[in-house]
Amino acid sequence: MADYKYTPADFKSDQEVRWCPGCGDHGILNAVQRALPEIADLTDTPHNLFTFVSGIGCSSRFIYYMKTFGFHSVHGRANAVATGVKVANPKLAVWVTTGDGDSLAIGGNHFIHAIRRNVDLNVILFNNEIYGLTKGQYSPTSKLGKITKTSPYGTVEKPFNPGELVIGAKGTFFARSIDMEVALSKECLIAAAQHKGMSVVEMMQNCVIFNDKTHAAFAADKATRAERTITLRHGEKMLFGADRNKGLVFENMKLKVVTVGEEGYTLDDVLTHDAHERDTTLHSMLAAMKYPDYPVALGVIRSVEDDAVYDRAVERQVEEVKAASKIRSVDDLLRSGATWEVE
Amino acid sequence: MENKSVQELQDVVIRFSGDSGDGMQLTGTLFSDTSALLGNGISTFPDYPAEIRAPQGTVAGVSGFQVHFGNRRALNPGDYCDVLVAMNPAALKANRKWLKAGATVILDGDSLTEEHLKKAGFATLDPLAELKLDDYNVVIPDITTLTREALKETGLDNKAVVKCKNMFALGICFWLFDRPEAHAHKYLDGKFAKKNPLIAEANKLAIKAGYDYAANTHQFANHYTVAPAQLEKGTYRSISGNVATAWGLCAAAEKAGLPLFCGSYPITPATVILEELAKRKDLGVKTVQAEDEIAGICTAIGAAFAGNFAVTTTSGPGLSLKSEALGLAVMTELPLVVVDVQRGGPSTGLPTKTEQSDLQQALYGRNGECPVIVVAASSPSDCFHYAFEAGRLAMEHMTPVVLLTDGFIANGSEPWRIPSMKDYPAICPPIVDQAPEGGFMPYVRNEKLARGWAFPGKVGLEHRVGGLEKDAVKGSISHDPANHQQMVATRAAKVAKVADYIPAQTVYGDEEGDLLVVGWGGTRGHLQNAVDELRSEGKRVSLCHFNYISPLPKGVGEIFAKFRRIVVCELNEGQFAGYLRQHFQEFRYEQFNKCEGLPFTVVELKQKFESLLAE
Repeated sequence: MADYKYTPADFKSDQEVRWCPGCGDHGILNAVQRALPEIADLTDTPHNLFTFVSGIGCSSRFIYYMKTFGFHSVHGRANAVATGVKVANPKLAVWVTTGDGDSLAIGGNHFIHAIRRNVDLNVILFNNEIYGLTKGQYSPTSKLGKITKTSPYGTVEKPFNPGELVIGAKGTFFARSIDMEVALSKECLIAAAQHKGMSVVEMMQNCVIFNDKTHAAFAADKATRAERTITLRHGEKMLFGADRNKGLVFENMKLKVVTVGEEGYTLDDVLTHDAHERDTTLHSMLAAMKYPDYPVALGVIRSVEDDAVYDRAVERQVEEVKAASKIRSVDDLLRSGATWEVE
Repeated sequence: MENKSVQELQDVVIRFSGDSGDGMQLTGTLFSDTSALLGNGISTFPDYPAEIRAPQGTVAGVSGFQVHFGNRRALNPGDYCDVLVAMNPAALKANRKWLKAGATVILDGDSLTEEHLKKAGFATLDPLAELKLDDYNVVIPDITTLTREALKETGLDNKAVVKCKNMFALGICFWLFDRPEAHAHKYLDGKFAKKNPLIAEANKLAIKAGYDYAANTHQFANHYTVAPAQLEKGTYRSISGNVATAWGLCAAAEKAGLPLFCGSYPITPATVILEELAKRKDLGVKTVQAEDEIAGICTAIGAAFAGNFAVTTTSGPGLSLKSEALGLAVMTELPLVVVDVQRGGPSTGLPTKTEQSDLQQALYGRNGECPVIVVAASSPSDCFHYAFEAGRLAMEHMTPVVLLTDGFIANGSEPWRIPSMKDYPAICPPIVDQAPEGGFMPYVRNEKLARGWAFPGKVGLEHRVGGLEKDAVKGSISHDPANHQQMVATRAAKVAKVADYIPAQTVYGDEEGDLLVVGWGGTRGHLQNAVDELRSEGKRVSLCHFNYISPLPKGVGEIFAKFRRIVVCELNEGQFAGYLRQHFQEFRYEQFNKCEGLPFTVVELKQKFESLLAE
């Protein structure tokens, strides 16, 4: 482990943070700036290798507040730009800050293909279930029936669950946190940074102006969160509740919430979280859990190591072909194959 | 074998045509490469349908490959053909209009069935009479039967045998024009030796059978020789425009000392560039076959930010999809080459046919005041040079460059005297390695008005760029009115300044005269041939052909002023003419335009020029 002795201040740019007062983004920025000194040490990444890429939206202003290399691209394209950055220089630690509109609507194609390729990016997906920067239109994660400026009678389309989308695309890493839970966010970000391959951290983020309290049913305050969310940790029992006496069991091909000590359920019946399981079935079910039927799953839901990491595979192939080829320069190339002399 | 008379010809045009599954592209390529190896001047033109296996036997499904070879450097693939190889009645019908008077037609007799004739739209069972071919030298060997006969000992099934009939036709042409079989043999061995050596042998047998058939029958009055061209001394190879483009990009990367990155999405007729670059891992090239055109350019922009020489390759519809991201590259002032191999438009248009109708899209097709450099290549082999130039200008001036080629020069090929990389200049982008005192300011400019290029990973150069308007110095976000005005002007001035770093415009022929023919890009060969022919008749005609479009080179007004009339010729409805009117309003421009998906013919150009001279 390296010892760079960075502090959060080393990652704060001189730009004034311009998100609305009370915006969930402040908490996420705070978590990232606190996590990076530890990430630098844990992954032996010096300051100059951190590169943040974003698309368009409130989340995408993030890069201006980071004292790192940063690229603010166009709407929806952050994951494509970041793929180019990472393939061009795999040594860089490439982070993407994006939102539910940016990555799940206009940039949906790039998002799922970056996951499919397993490019070694760390994507922070700010999910506030609304278009904030354009002042309040529904997004691909807005709940069915949501009334917004572009759905004055309620939406008639079902939302994506980002976790199901990531895991459905065979993503190798998915975690979820809440903007206010800085410690948990930090934990998820550190795990994402250590993961080799594409990692997606969904941040349940509150837009105080256009979609206030959208996550309040399970995220309003500490007491609510204790009862209505479950924080998953690899190797630990799936328990939750203020008294940690509620748990998840698997029955009739479904997850079920039980209380330990009631109806004959014991601690042994409660599932133990295995984030490293390659099979996506249970991870997908956990990511899909919605309050009030289930607690909302937080923490690292899926973290599977896979050798097929795109940027490294591209580089490896270049090295292999280079080593075997007789063509070492453009001059060699121009003279390869059939040529003839004119005297 | 009887002693036939041997005639020496200056140049010959052969058109191979058949169903799109008949292997006509391969047949034509083998003939042209063989002729190139003999030292002939060569120009080729593949003309094929958009469908991979278009309806068999129909006129719409005809695939053609034209080869022009001669004892001079051939500048175009020829308007009309001396020899037409037609593998079925549809091919004959489709190409009737391209026959020179008295041309030789080789038609597969086995294909003259009622069914085939009907499919090709003949009303009677006598296609020769219907097409009025009495005065032509029509030879009708039963190519399918003869091939089957020649290959009966091979043990191959009928389907495999019939597939070799294109090689029988190639054998006939080899005899007609006295070509050796060695190159074709080598190619076939290379292609099939590992997979199925029997197929290689069968194809070679078919060539020999065709050759012997032509030699032994009395059907062909003559056979011919074509002397090698008087070409400049050196080592030559045959090259297509798309491969030359790919290699020119590799050359620019090498001369800049940076890795080449290509993010692209397959699209006709540009795909071969991506395919070629995917092979060039030996030179360290990284390619990403992106999920769409937008991701193609966006991965390239990311790679440019990260310090690679980044390119994306496409055709017209793809350029439309890339336009927003191209604006991002203009705003972030990153080097990027966008290759647009133009095809017939709008929309999906004519994917496999040529056109020059993306010029205005390249110049203006973005939101905002968004200038880029536009460069156009004018022949298959000079795609190498202009791809290199596009790379040089992008990297040294820190701006996107659109390189325009077209389906005609991209798919066409010609012999090329191989250059030596030591004759090409080093490319010196304004790379920043160390932060100056006071910190790195990303929008501080050099004498070219290019900003510094600081790659992520370099210590102390951390900075942020993006699509929002930038403060002229610090590069931080700025919505200040005066700053925006200044930045708009600066981005335009940076592109305009490139005129100081490209060659002045030249004129081909005399510097003054009655008619100045103006063209740009892939029409050069036809325009120059037409001008040459008129000049040899004593007409006062010159050619002013453009490769640098934006900015225009210096010296244009001075050239234009010395001619009585100016005619702008292009394969669109007048896009360059309009551009010239905007920049040089003092001149009057005639236009010659064509949107048929086909190149100009020398014949029609000459007619137009003669009528302008006569007025």
